[in-house]
Amino acid sequence: MAPGTLSTFLKRGAIWGFIVLELIFFTVAGHLLAVGEKTFMDLDNLLLLFKQSAPIGIIAMGMTIVMVNGNIDLSVGATYALSAVVLLDAMTWPIFGGLGDWVIPVACLLALLTGLFLGAINGIIVWKTGVDAFIVTLGAMLGYRGLVFMYNGEQPTSHLNWTLVDFAEAQFLGLHTATWFLLLVTVAMWFLMNRTVHGRNAYAIGDNREAAVNAGIKVGPHMMINFMIIGFLAALSAVVFYAESGSVNPNDGSLYELWVITAVVLGGTKLAGGSGSIIGTFGGVLAIQLLRKGLSHIGADTSTVNLVIGLILIAVLLLDRQLNVKGKGELKT
Amino acid sequence: MTGQSPVLRLEGIVKTFPGVRALDGVSLSILPGEVHALMGENGAGKSTLMKVLGGIHQPDEGTIYVGEEPVVMSGPLEAKAKGIMFIHQELSLAGELSVAENIYLGELPRKRFGLVDWVDLERKTNDSLSRLKVGFNARTRVGDLSIANQQMVEIARALTVDAKAVIFDEPTASLTDAEKVVLFEVIADLQSQGVGIAYISHRMEEIFRITDRISVLRDGQYRGTVNTSETDEESVTQMMIGRKLDLSRLASHHELGDVALEVRGLCCGDLFEDVSFSVRSGEVVGFYGLVGAGRTEIAETLFGLREPSAGTILLNGEELRIASPADAIARGISLVPEDRKTQGLVLGMNCRDNMTLPQISDLKAGPFVAEGAEVAIFDQYRDKLDIRTPGWKQMVGNLSGGNQQKIVIAKWLSMHPNVLIVDEPTRGIDVGSKSEIHNLIRDLAAHGYAVIVISSEMPEVLHVSDRIVAMYSGRVMRTFTSEEVTEDTLIQAISGLTPGQAA
Amino acid sequence: MAKLSQKDIGGFLARQGILVAFVLFMIGFTLANQRFLDPDNVMGVIRSSAILGVMALGVTFVVISGNLDLSVGSMMSFSTIVVLDLHDKLGPALAIPAMFAMTLCLGAFIGFLVGYLRLNSLIVTLGMLSAIHGLTLAWSGGKNMDIADKAGTWFSFFGQSRMMGIPVPILIFALLAASLGMLLAKTPFGRKVYAVGGNNTAATFSGIPRARVVFTCYLISAFCVATAGLLQASRSMGSQNTVGQGLELEVLAAVILGGASLMGGSGTIFKTVIGVLILGFIQNGLLLVGLQFYVQYVVTWIIIILAVWLDIAAKRGKLWSPIA
Repeated sequence: MAPGTLSTFLKRGAIWGFIVLELIFFTVAGHLLAVGEKTFMDLDNLLLLFKQSAPIGIIAMGMTIVMVNGNIDLSVGATYALSAVVLLDAMTWPIFGGLGDWVIPVACLLALLTGLFLGAINGIIVWKTGVDAFIVTLGAMLGYRGLVFMYNGEQPTSHLNWTLVDFAEAQFLGLHTATWFLLLVTVAMWFLMNRTVHGRNAYAIGDNREAAVNAGIKVGPHMMINFMIIGFLAALSAVVFYAESGSVNPNDGSLYELWVITAVVLGGTKLAGGSGSIIGTFGGVLAIQLLRKGLSHIGADTSTVNLVIGLILIAVLLLDRQLNVKGKGELKT
Repeated sequence: MTGQSPVLRLEGIVKTFPGVRALDGVSLSILPGEVHALMGENGAGKSTLMKVLGGIHQPDEGTIYVGEEPVVMSGPLEAKAKGIMFIHQELSLAGELSVAENIYLGELPRKRFGLVDWVDLERKTNDSLSRLKVGFNARTRVGDLSIANQQMVEIARALTVDAKAVIFDEPTASLTDAEKVVLFEVIADLQSQGVGIAYISHRMEEIFRITDRISVLRDGQYRGTVNTSETDEESVTQMMIGRKLDLSRLASHHELGDVALEVRGLCCGDLFEDVSFSVRSGEVVGFYGLVGAGRTEIAETLFGLREPSAGTILLNGEELRIASPADAIARGISLVPEDRKTQGLVLGMNCRDNMTLPQISDLKAGPFVAEGAEVAIFDQYRDKLDIRTPGWKQMVGNLSGGNQQKIVIAKWLSMHPNVLIVDEPTRGIDVGSKSEIHNLIRDLAAHGYAVIVISSEMPEVLHVSDRIVAMYSGRVMRTFTSEEVTEDTLIQAISGLTPGQAA
Repeated sequence: MAKLSQKDIGGFLARQGILVAFVLFMIGFTLANQRFLDPDNVMGVIRSSAILGVMALGVTFVVISGNLDLSVGSMMSFSTIVVLDLHDKLGPALAIPAMFAMTLCLGAFIGFLVGYLRLNSLIVTLGMLSAIHGLTLAWSGGKNMDIADKAGTWFSFFGQSRMMGIPVPILIFALLAASLGMLLAKTPFGRKVYAVGGNNTAATFSGIPRARVVFTCYLISAFCVATAGLLQASRSMGSQNTVGQGLELEVLAAVILGGASLMGGSGTIFKTVIGVLILGFIQNGLLLVGLQFYVQYVVTWIIIILAVWLDIAAKRGKLWSPIA
């Protein structure tokens, strides 16, 4: 076994091991504490888990490629909210009055275009000004949130379209619509990152930007495309979620960026870029959702969930560092 | 070889960087099917010349011809398109990607819809790899390979295009002997296909084994080309170092004091082993060797930046353990590090603040920094070392290399150390400042400092050292006094040759 | 000097751009609304910026040392809830030091992880954001915290009183800004913070204990957060669990607006104060000209990007980035 293989294996497999551990722990703890009548591993419970993972999960897939590319996007929560506002509001616009239920695809399209456009703004600023993505998207996080408020003041934007709700609540082959979208996005993003030139170049740029530039890879357009992807996925996440709920508060989606980044980092993606996988992120998303549900299953409240997730994130970082420690002769800087 | 038209020809290339004329009217031609060695000391301009050829730097004057046609290369990609491949000394690989993806970085074969054509990619890569006889395949992750194998990946890049000329920049620096043999076979193979090869190396035995002609650079100037078969190591060395060789030897000695620093059997992992030497006050000990011989690592260990795995360090006869740089500084050991910009200076800070950084905690007036005392220290060393700066408020990032280096030296002199370690004191510094710094080092020794100078430049080591420690791959090969040292024996020692083996 | 080149002007704007922008804003709003420069209004703005400002002072240290602190909002909620709860249990004289001690422990924990264990500060403080929020909820049981006897305590002094006609929060903010400004600009410790943030490796090679410096910066940040929590609690005498939510990003925005680079090594307390005041006055100015509070989000976005862009454009000598 080549040096590093073991630690690589541990790192890649860790998230799934963690998920198994969670399942065992919550099942056993659930029995011992004798809370509730249902077992934790119940099928309905797991189906619901997938469905509830969807909003964060869909965005996390986009965050993975942005972070692998060496950037970060803090504005996803605001993009999510603004797209949701556009989705719900567009269905009430008079010009679409004659469309009947055909307004649904039109509104969805507009919402998705909104996300794409907001992502493109971030992307073009990062590309053309050279300002760090962290600052650009931090600013956008405030700015886009401001746009949400400007749209409808502090009032919630509501519109229930029953056709859309039926679609969102439908189950196909036992899985909810939201779950299907999550799986679809996961597969598509996996394909994009592993099978296309764009995806491989995104890895190369995040890994060794100078080498990528020297090899003639156009760094800027790749980064821009990735920001558009995450904007699009934030909008898609909004479409999937608000199709069912039908009402968006102007503060919806705040702190989403934190959950998404937590899931992605838990899934093994490096902040420095160049390393990370969609499958890992999928694991990270499930692990977080499982933790939330599991803890509430055994009777823990929100406070414990927050505490545990925060500490686990730090523990993962610590573990990763321990696995990467070099020999004794290492330079102490 | 006459009558053939060169595959690559340079005429009057000039390249200047702020403060340094790195290339000064260099002309050179590489014929098809020849291996053309490019030699010169560190800082002579070889790497700059190769970067100009590889399209990474644009020359200020002069013309590059590929075949008969003058070309302007705006980037590495364009050089590649013209059939000029550059194998970097510093690896430019993406560790998380596969070997195949690295070899075809930037030009992955495509199918429809922007998909990567993995079948084609793998086939082409494995073709190249089989010529290199390596023990990994197209799918191996580059980060899992040894440094030597990563170097082979770089080399494989050159085999993927229909190259007219390939530039190797110190390709054997991290290869084992067996891997070198493979590399030389690859080079011979390219040669037989009529590819012109430019080969940079410090290792004489390689040069005489595989090259046809040798061109020499010195201080950015072209010093001539000779046929390898008609010359020997001595005359090439002469060309590299210049005729003033004997004059530049250390002439003056002064009284030596007691042993200030002694090291016995020091080891640090696989970086260096069983290193023993001593330095007396008033003495300059030069450490000479190739890059990677372990010299810098010894300095870092003495400065508390690395944990030795065995051995003892004695300062003024007293055994001690140095746990951190703060520890070393408190004991009077100072290090002027190898890389001025990343290790020596905070570039965004002004001159004065950089100079007083190690002793800032002691320069206090009440709870505050005694700025008056700071300025006094700055003024004193500015005058002493003749640092040219508009004032202490100047950001060090705006100074020339020579003045930056003087700031770093002043930073440590103002601490009044017992032992001063200077790592590559004149790297990237113009000729005038070089001799100033050399005189300064001699002067310090005359004032009773024990000085260790680490350098990859032979004239520098010869010029400043009372004794010279020659190192080869982590071991001390031999210690010379300045009277007995000759260039030949020194070069042999750092190439790992014992006198009997020399050609 | 006859020739004041474009570059000189550009350089000046880059160095002092934030001050110039500030002055322009003030002039613009003053023209738009006479009440803008009214002493009462100015005092009001500074007072309402004090809590954000106090936190920004601490984060300035962390950012200059080359790290981030995203946990300050969550930590501020914690301080507020804890001091309110302990007030009724222990009395204000014990509650305040107890709250400071606990908040400093949190800061020490982060400082240990980032300084001594050298973990990535973004992820660590992101994790702590969540973890501390959990602690806060656990402490309060998810309920709002209120002081029972609001009239019978001197606790309101910090947030509501005036001394010499000046609101106490402003005095505390000014005092803290002055002393931390001195600490950063005038003491050996401050110099070390700049060195560690400017070039971590060179600082180590100069014998500066990076870990201890970073650790201390997080302690300072925690101290500022605790002070902000005290001001908040004293002003409202009751609080939700989420009172500081989102503040970490507004704080960071103020610090960046003040010109501190996220790469570390640059920024000053004075400029951070300017950054805080700009945010405060923009908000106030927009309200006075009849715009809603959320318009300031959009304005802040544009200003932050422009400020940072011009700053790096001046450093590289080109407006547009060289990214291919």
